[in-house]
Amino acid sequence: MEKTIGQIHQDALKEIESASDAESIKAISIRYLGRKGAVTQFLRNISNLPEEIRPEAGKKANETKNYLDVLFKNALKELETSSWKTDDQIDVSLPGRVTPRGSLHPITQITQKICDIFIRLGFDVAEGPEVETDYYNFEALNIPKNHPARDMQDTFYISNNIVLRTHTSPTQPRIMEKQNPPVRIVAPGKVYRCDSDLTHTPMFHQVEGLLVDKNISFGDLKGILTTFVHQMFDPETSLRFRPSFFPFTEPSAEVDIRCVICKGEGCRVCSKTGWLEVLGSGMVHPAVFENVGYDTTRYTGFAFGMGVERIAMLKYGIDDIRKYFENDLRFLRQF
Amino acid sequence: MKVSLSWLKEYVSISLDANDLADALTMAGLEVEAVSDRYAYLNSIHVGRIVNIDPHPNSDKLKLCSVDIGGDIISVVCGAPNVKTDMLAPCAIPGTSFPKGTVLEKNIIHGETSEGMLCSELELGLGSNGHGIMELGNNLSVGDSLNKALGLSDPVLEIDLTPNRPDCLSIIGTAREIAAIENKRVTYPEIYLPESMGDIANHTSVTIMAPALCPRYAASLIFDVTVGPSPFWLQDRLVSVGLKPINNIVDITNFVMMETGQPLHAFDFDRLAENRIVVRTAQENETFITLDGKERRLDPEMLMICDGKKPVAIAGVMGGLNSEIEDTTTNILLESAYFDPVCIRKTSKKTGLNTDASHRFERGVDPNGTITALNRATQLITEIGGGKCVKGVIDEYPLPFSETTIDISSRRLNRHLGTRLDTAAIEKYLKSIEFEVKKIDEDKLQITPPSCRVDIRRFEDITEEIARLFGYNNIETTFPLIPAEARRPDKKIDLRDRTKVLMTGLGFSEAINYSFISKQSCDHLELPPDDPKRKMVDILNPISEDQAVMRTSLIPGLLETMKLNISVQNKNLKLFEIGHVFFHTGQKDNQPAEVEMLAGLWTGTRIDSVWSSKEINCDFYDTKGVLEELLRNLGIENTTFTRMPPEFCSYTKPGFTARILDENDPIGLVGEVHPKVIRNYDLKQTAFIFEINFDRLIQSVPDTKSARPIPKFPATSRDITLIIDNAIETYKIIKTVEMLQEKLVEHLYMFDVFSGDPIPKGKKSVSFRITYRSSEETLEDNRVNHIHKTITNQLMKTFDATLPAE
Repeated sequence: MEKTIGQIHQDALKEIESASDAESIKAISIRYLGRKGAVTQFLRNISNLPEEIRPEAGKKANETKNYLDVLFKNALKELETSSWKTDDQIDVSLPGRVTPRGSLHPITQITQKICDIFIRLGFDVAEGPEVETDYYNFEALNIPKNHPARDMQDTFYISNNIVLRTHTSPTQPRIMEKQNPPVRIVAPGKVYRCDSDLTHTPMFHQVEGLLVDKNISFGDLKGILTTFVHQMFDPETSLRFRPSFFPFTEPSAEVDIRCVICKGEGCRVCSKTGWLEVLGSGMVHPAVFENVGYDTTRYTGFAFGMGVERIAMLKYGIDDIRKYFENDLRFLRQF
Repeated sequence: MKVSLSWLKEYVSISLDANDLADALTMAGLEVEAVSDRYAYLNSIHVGRIVNIDPHPNSDKLKLCSVDIGGDIISVVCGAPNVKTDMLAPCAIPGTSFPKGTVLEKNIIHGETSEGMLCSELELGLGSNGHGIMELGNNLSVGDSLNKALGLSDPVLEIDLTPNRPDCLSIIGTAREIAAIENKRVTYPEIYLPESMGDIANHTSVTIMAPALCPRYAASLIFDVTVGPSPFWLQDRLVSVGLKPINNIVDITNFVMMETGQPLHAFDFDRLAENRIVVRTAQENETFITLDGKERRLDPEMLMICDGKKPVAIAGVMGGLNSEIEDTTTNILLESAYFDPVCIRKTSKKTGLNTDASHRFERGVDPNGTITALNRATQLITEIGGGKCVKGVIDEYPLPFSETTIDISSRRLNRHLGTRLDTAAIEKYLKSIEFEVKKIDEDKLQITPPSCRVDIRRFEDITEEIARLFGYNNIETTFPLIPAEARRPDKKIDLRDRTKVLMTGLGFSEAINYSFISKQSCDHLELPPDDPKRKMVDILNPISEDQAVMRTSLIPGLLETMKLNISVQNKNLKLFEIGHVFFHTGQKDNQPAEVEMLAGLWTGTRIDSVWSSKEINCDFYDTKGVLEELLRNLGIENTTFTRMPPEFCSYTKPGFTARILDENDPIGLVGEVHPKVIRNYDLKQTAFIFEINFDRLIQSVPDTKSARPIPKFPATSRDITLIIDNAIETYKIIKTVEMLQEKLVEHLYMFDVFSGDPIPKGKKSVSFRITYRSSEETLEDNRVNHIHKTITNQLMKTFDATLPAE
């Protein structure tokens, strides 16, 4: 007797199950769905069936046909993806091909970090010339000619009145001449001092800051610089403000942080003091305001400055300042 | 400045230990750089017992001593007459450094090994007796180090004073600060002048010809002194602060200077012509021999102390050889004066003489301290030098100082500092540092600082005093209330940061070179004599010849960097730098023109040798490609690269250099370094460089970007190969096609350039692909063919080109 469509379906499933490669799947497919295949034959002979079961059998046969069709296709895909042989492989441990990126100089990276912190605090970034007049570098900052404070910075001279700027502070009067309060700026840049030894290079980088408005107090200076230190270093870093002297600020303060190397135990980097000097700062000296025509009874402000090389040394553990400007690729590529 | 704790304690009682005191002073604004015990060297000197004495086999004067230094018995050769068995004496072991600077080593003396040294008081810096070894009391325990045994300890603080605090350039000045810290008062030395004779006015006179430079000059006279070494205590005081004892008179002037801060000078009265003092400015080209034996050339800005005929000292800086105190001196004129700080500083700078006196005068001494210091020294000279002082002092004071008084408002002070101090607290702080305070009302105070505080001039100076006495760290941390307004960011700063990031993305690492270079760099770059890059700015006081002029190009720095890297085997380099160059304007007192430049250097490989491919060296087109990609990323569209006329760049290889034009304006170059320059820098491999005027470049960066629609219809492309003259630059083909303004041409892409057989000599074949696209429809072939034909014909005509043989 002829097989029912249900039996054909079951047989086909069994055969697919036992097939182990694509060839046999294809052969089974032909045996069932091919021109002379079992399902095809069944459909062709459907008119021989009694009329009452014909529609039901036809429906089932078509379902079986569609079902098996999908099954064969899936079985083939399955076998294709699982038929990779074990010797067909690559050495994944060989190095990949790279398009190497270059690196930003550590000084650039730290300068950007410093500026970013102050930008978040509402400061703008400004710049000034590297070759300055004696006026902006000294006189406008309350450092008259023949004042002992000039000894604090060994100056490179271009002429009697032109110097390589010894600090980024000339940006202060330059900005204030152009702009009325409120003033909030940071000014990064190269500075130059006639000094070259193990711990000094004749060129280095500073970031200057200036905030002028009504009712700015020394407490505010402490607030802004504490925030800066906590963002730049660790939020737990303790810091202290220590009286100092800069001719263009009064009161003046050095900012020390707990040594990041020894955590205050005392080490070579902090000269056994447990503290590291990172910033100079102070309330803007009224003479500076007078030089730029600000009303000293209405406005107060604070200024600060820091050495980028020093902060980079602390952040990256660089022990020799001269490395910065040798530009040895093995150094540069580390950052 | 060094101060010793024992000396400080003469004037103020100190309860803090040395380290705490150092911290407190630092936090009060007197930064203590180091604390050391000046007797630390006694640590390696032990209390020794002489257990046995034998004669020295080779010397009558020497003895061989066995010394018990606590456990070990060592053999010591000693020549002291007072050495005897069972005596306790200080015994130094090898490695000890003595106060005079010598370091003890293990010695062989006349054939006998000496494993240590028995020391005298003098050798140990503990007294003036150098005739025999120091005898120690029998109650000391053998083996103890001498500082422990004798209880010797004297911490010395090294203070780094800021220039605004000349009042602290003395022991008493420092004691004043300590008194404020310790909440004590300073005990000033009691000065009593001994019985005196005659009247100073009968013996000498002082004439001030330049009162502006010498507002006050005081003098005293002491007769019949005996010049000789100072007593031990005086020498010891000077040594404790790092000064060298000379003779009693000079030592006393130095002692009083250290004690009070007022520099003094002693003249041999008998060597002063006409026995008088004249203070005047020097004459042009006058010369003078200072105490150090050097002849100094003077000028009219310098102030001189003269006698009736000739200069005897450079005022406030250094005395002269012609009037110095000698062993035979008996009569002394002692000077105590106030000189103009600016004058002293100028003189000190011009003569290169930075002395303890000039250091103090140029910062400002106490104008009211003149007489006190003079009397103190006069007193000590009569006590120690045994002289008799003449009654009275000369005090020429043509320009008396007026007191500074400052009115302050407590409210304003609190607002300035962010504090909440009442007037009573402010008053208390100021009085602790000897300021006079008068209360005007609940808010206002009138303040008179002591005359030694030459730095206190105005309200803000008072705020600093209050802040440091209250303690900077006790001031509450607050935040400014600032308006939430922002300015537009500086375009240049923004673009510089972007360019740097783009360059790193293109594989280049950032270098920062010094802004100063060697003057020879011009020759190394083979610059012609009239090249604008030779208009360099000279540094008047350069550190070295290598850093003597400001750079006019970033290229020398990059080539030096390449050289350094190659020397350490970094042979494949991609470096860039953005920095200023400086051009002299021709005017000496003008700032130079500062221009920001972008430069780069590529040398070595484009692709390193890896397991899958061989290394490939970089070339011109790699470097040019970097710039093209940079410019594209910056949104700059109208640049062209064209052949650089050789006369415009001496340091790149002619024919291998492109000039970069932005809308026909030259903004930079890219090319291979000239072989001569490679040789001049002693580089062993070639390099490709670029250099762009960054200030000019950023002008072409558009402020905004506008999006273009993505094409809806497919493109179609046609290739052309033309045979043209070798000399024709291919960019002209692109320009020509662009000029046709054919709307359907989307892109032109050069895919092959070839010369050599079968292309005729002097010609090259150039193949490129034109992409056509319409934004409205899919293009039909015959329409494209027609346009392509027109373009081909136009190009053939323009460049006198032919088509390749089929």
